[in-house]
Amino acid sequence: MSQTKPEAVSPKPSAGATKLGGEPLLNVEDLNVHFALRGGTFSRFVGGARGAVKAVDGVSFTLRRGEVLGVVGESGSGKTTLGRAILHTVPVTSGRITFDGRDITDLSDSQIRPLRRRMQMVFQDPNAALNPAMDLLAAVGHPLRIHGIKDQDEISRRVVEAFERVGLVPTDQFLHKYPADLSGGQKQRAVIARAIILGPELLVADEPVSMLDMSVRAKILELMLELKNDLGLTYVYVTHDLATAKFFCDTIAIMYLGRIVEYGPADAIYADPKHPYTRSLLRAIPEPDPTKSVPRDLPRGEIPDAAKPPLGCSFHPRCSKAFEICGWESRDLRDLLDRHWLAHREDEFEQERRIVGDLATLDVPSLRADLPAGANQTGQDVLALLDRIKEDDPHEPMWSGVRDVSDAGSSVHVDFREDNIDPPLYDVGRQRVACLLYRDAENPS
Amino acid sequence: MTLIDGELSVNTDAVMSVRNLKVWYGTARGPVRAVDGVSFDMRRGETLGLVGESGSGKSTLGRGVLRLLPDAAQVTGKVLFRGQDLVTMRKKDLRALRGPELGLIFQEPMTRLNPLMRISDHFLETLHTHEPALSKDQMRRRSIDTLGAMGIPPTRFTNYPHEFSGGMRQRIMIALALVLNPAFVVADEPTTALDVLVEAQIIQILADIKRNFDTSILLITHNLGIIAEACERVAVMYAGRIVEQGDARAVFAQPAHPYTRELLASTISLATTELHYIPGSPPDLIDPPSGCRFHPRCPDAMQVCPTRHPPTVTTTLNQQVDCWLHGPEDQIPAGGTERLEREALSVADEA
Amino acid sequence: MTSEFMVPTTSPAAEAAPSKGRRVRGIRRALAPIAEARGLPKWVLFIGIGIVLVFVVFAIFAPWISPYKFDQYLTTSGQRFPKSGAPSGSHWFGTNIMSTDVFSHIVYGARTALEVIVIAVVISLFVGVPLGLFSGYYGGPLDRMLVLVMDAMFAFPSLLLAILVAFLLRGKFGFLGASFSGIMAAAISITVIYIPQYFRVIRNSVISVRENPYVEAARVLGAKPRTVIAKYVFGNVVQNVPVIGTLNAADALLTLAGLGFLGYGVQPTEAAEWGYDLQRALGEASGGIWWTSVYPGLAIVLLVTGLTLVGESLNDLINPTLRRRQLLPIDRAEMAGEDEVVAGR
Repeated sequence: MSQTKPEAVSPKPSAGATKLGGEPLLNVEDLNVHFALRGGTFSRFVGGARGAVKAVDGVSFTLRRGEVLGVVGESGSGKTTLGRAILHTVPVTSGRITFDGRDITDLSDSQIRPLRRRMQMVFQDPNAALNPAMDLLAAVGHPLRIHGIKDQDEISRRVVEAFERVGLVPTDQFLHKYPADLSGGQKQRAVIARAIILGPELLVADEPVSMLDMSVRAKILELMLELKNDLGLTYVYVTHDLATAKFFCDTIAIMYLGRIVEYGPADAIYADPKHPYTRSLLRAIPEPDPTKSVPRDLPRGEIPDAAKPPLGCSFHPRCSKAFEICGWESRDLRDLLDRHWLAHREDEFEQERRIVGDLATLDVPSLRADLPAGANQTGQDVLALLDRIKEDDPHEPMWSGVRDVSDAGSSVHVDFREDNIDPPLYDVGRQRVACLLYRDAENPS
Repeated sequence: MTLIDGELSVNTDAVMSVRNLKVWYGTARGPVRAVDGVSFDMRRGETLGLVGESGSGKSTLGRGVLRLLPDAAQVTGKVLFRGQDLVTMRKKDLRALRGPELGLIFQEPMTRLNPLMRISDHFLETLHTHEPALSKDQMRRRSIDTLGAMGIPPTRFTNYPHEFSGGMRQRIMIALALVLNPAFVVADEPTTALDVLVEAQIIQILADIKRNFDTSILLITHNLGIIAEACERVAVMYAGRIVEQGDARAVFAQPAHPYTRELLASTISLATTELHYIPGSPPDLIDPPSGCRFHPRCPDAMQVCPTRHPPTVTTTLNQQVDCWLHGPEDQIPAGGTERLEREALSVADEA
Repeated sequence: MTSEFMVPTTSPAAEAAPSKGRRVRGIRRALAPIAEARGLPKWVLFIGIGIVLVFVVFAIFAPWISPYKFDQYLTTSGQRFPKSGAPSGSHWFGTNIMSTDVFSHIVYGARTALEVIVIAVVISLFVGVPLGLFSGYYGGPLDRMLVLVMDAMFAFPSLLLAILVAFLLRGKFGFLGASFSGIMAAAISITVIYIPQYFRVIRNSVISVRENPYVEAARVLGAKPRTVIAKYVFGNVVQNVPVIGTLNAADALLTLAGLGFLGYGVQPTEAAEWGYDLQRALGEASGGIWWTSVYPGLAIVLLVTGLTLVGESLNDLINPTLRRRQLLPIDRAEMAGEDEVVAGR
């Protein structure tokens, strides 16, 4: 591996051409991984759980041999949990995972152990993924030992072979090094070597390059591509970076709050992203070339609490294209008030804040928002405030979801439409999109 | 910076003027030259992006400018903040400046806010310490306004840190740094730990800051895309030195230094069509390569490059660059422009 | 990415030739921080080791160093030693109220002390560390119960607990021989009070280590839990042990002396013991007889101090969070000398 010029590696058109017609290797059906939440101090004593986080909420897909599936999302999207569930390191709440025809969902640890030769993981943080107490020969050779190969010479031979494949050459220089002596890129190569030494068929790569320097990322991505072609690997590439996913993936699944919101062939998604969230993700990627930058379309608000996702479509509070049936509810009213006051001066905020009482009731998800009036205020005052807010921004999509606003004396009831829908994945062209914009007569909910 | 009689003169209308700053650490093998002769200026309200990879010394520089390094670090050079040299200033006076005049935004917002204090308490405490003359009401107003500029709604002013998302916490940190209206703030990788949408939001905020505050910001990052969006000027750092600086757009459109060019080419964005990387790894700061430190990895290296470090030259496009490709020709000996044959770089030398 | 703001490390002696065994390399690596030590911690460590070594030599070579047996009160010619005699040529440290030589008691007392300490530390290690490992790794009801038990033991005043156990064990180790049974009983009673310490420290270390990706990696590779614990967890938590071991040894010695002082420890017929000597010497101290109390007392203080110095300096050197990188001074002239060649000159 000697070069005197910086390398340029073209992306993987070959990847698209290879085995998309291959047999299914991994099949995930309606997978759910829920984590129980511990309650407050008291219930912690008593040992009770309160609520659950649906880290993975009904995910289904099929992965064929030789395919690279990119699972893309931000933190809290469930992408890492999905990767772990596939590899059986977190317990599955419901659903089915089938690997090469065999149902592996409920296998015990000892039953799945032999299968581990066939599926491995590449981790995000090269600094933490290697045991600091083991040198590379021991660390990369350990999988062999675990799976029954005890002869030290055989192990050394295969470790050297793995080193050569991942480019840790000259190999004798690396055999006895410890992780602390290596750079980030070298460590990541060692992690990859450890993952491939057993000859797996499936590799789950969890953000393998996001903690590496820019100038090193391309090297590792190139290595992973080579390995894919040489060893016939199938990848699940978990990342939040759509830019690197473009080089690597045949299929993309965009995840938001535990669900897949868009799924399809990579070229289709990059050329014509359909879900508003996908569009925002694509436009948010920073671009150093000033001639190529795109105007942003950042979604408003923040990622919601995964324990209590928004009603209807979970993206609707942030979506610029939301409309009537997207699932408007009381928390959206709270957000509206917050945004309104953010846009105005502080003294106006002071005045208006007095008109309404405690906003905490709005934080409970419900289709009827009960907005209490403040001290010495009446429902009429609150109604007047809401009217002013509406005048300020009549195009605010939330209003389209409001069925009725009524004065209840000391508070105001805002009733939202009840026909909101939580969109499933609709087939739209080559993609599947969980967005009500694409719900039509052929895809009745 | 202007050159007068061969000396880098001090730009008197700069808020921050750094001249030949060096930060060295002593170790058994020899001194680590973390920052080895850095000079730059910053004007009021300007955002300068400092970009470099691991081992470039950028974080050390950021903290060195604010004198936040451990005592064992040896610092020489000048850091002129409004005419006062921070390097020679007494600790007591430095402390008085930190907060009201000098600010720092950290990388990990989760760990920097006190989980037991409300956000309002954070702000009131800061204002109370540094501007005790303000009334409580004025403090509240200022805090809410600053938070508002960061997109944090006033109804959340009394919440606790854990009630906010990561991105919001980082914005709260930025607001905390700005509420005192400091003249100079160092933002050390403020978005590295955050997701792409949140990062874009914060970049937008940093780009907008000029409208509400006239703070000069030194934005340290390894991501070129962020700099292109949020900074007017950029300084590229390699092995403890600034190898190129100038207007951000201009530098990215037409990089003068080969390292900048390679770094741009290695940045993977949606527009990238080919994967590109720089072979080799950043050099050992204890024993850096002779002459221009980039020469072992430079595709355009010439014979003169290992012999001497190139002096700073201003190109026709008004960028400052340290590279023999841009001259000065009168200092290059005969034959110096011939190509340099270098040893092949193996993975063992790599990052 | 490691922040390059942190002071860079110098790489330890891992450039060793590949032909050396891996065990040797591993140990060398673990001890590397000690070799790199500079300044105060290094001197403190060496002083501590020096002091301890003196007593170890006493303990091992007692029969050769000590001029008389510890319970000898007659000269070779059958004459009785002076009772509470002052230090003299034949009795360097004088004699005590039992007419036995004080210096001999110091030397043989070192043997007693070290025997008890070593047994106590070793046993509590072998019980406390594995319990901590399994409890920390598996968690669950076993862990909760163990933590409760250990915390209860921790809360008990250690000396009282030791007295209780010593009382219960008295005479039970007769099969080990007269002198050794007392030592064993004392050692066990001391062991019991130190198990919770090892347990707690190891358990907490394990809980933080087990969240690391490399432990998860080991599970993904298919390693059985005992392999994961042995190869991935143990090696990364064990560095706490030498520190606690030495500090425990210091404390064990004090407990032993306390037990002896109160009469519950090693009996005078079984072996020499400094704490017992102190107690016997108390009555005469007001009468101006200082050598019977000062020397045993000094012995206790010195050995405890030595062990504590070793423990604390090991902590400073090995514990990464406490370790202050040894940064050396820089030649300012060299630093100032490399000024830029500026264009235009």
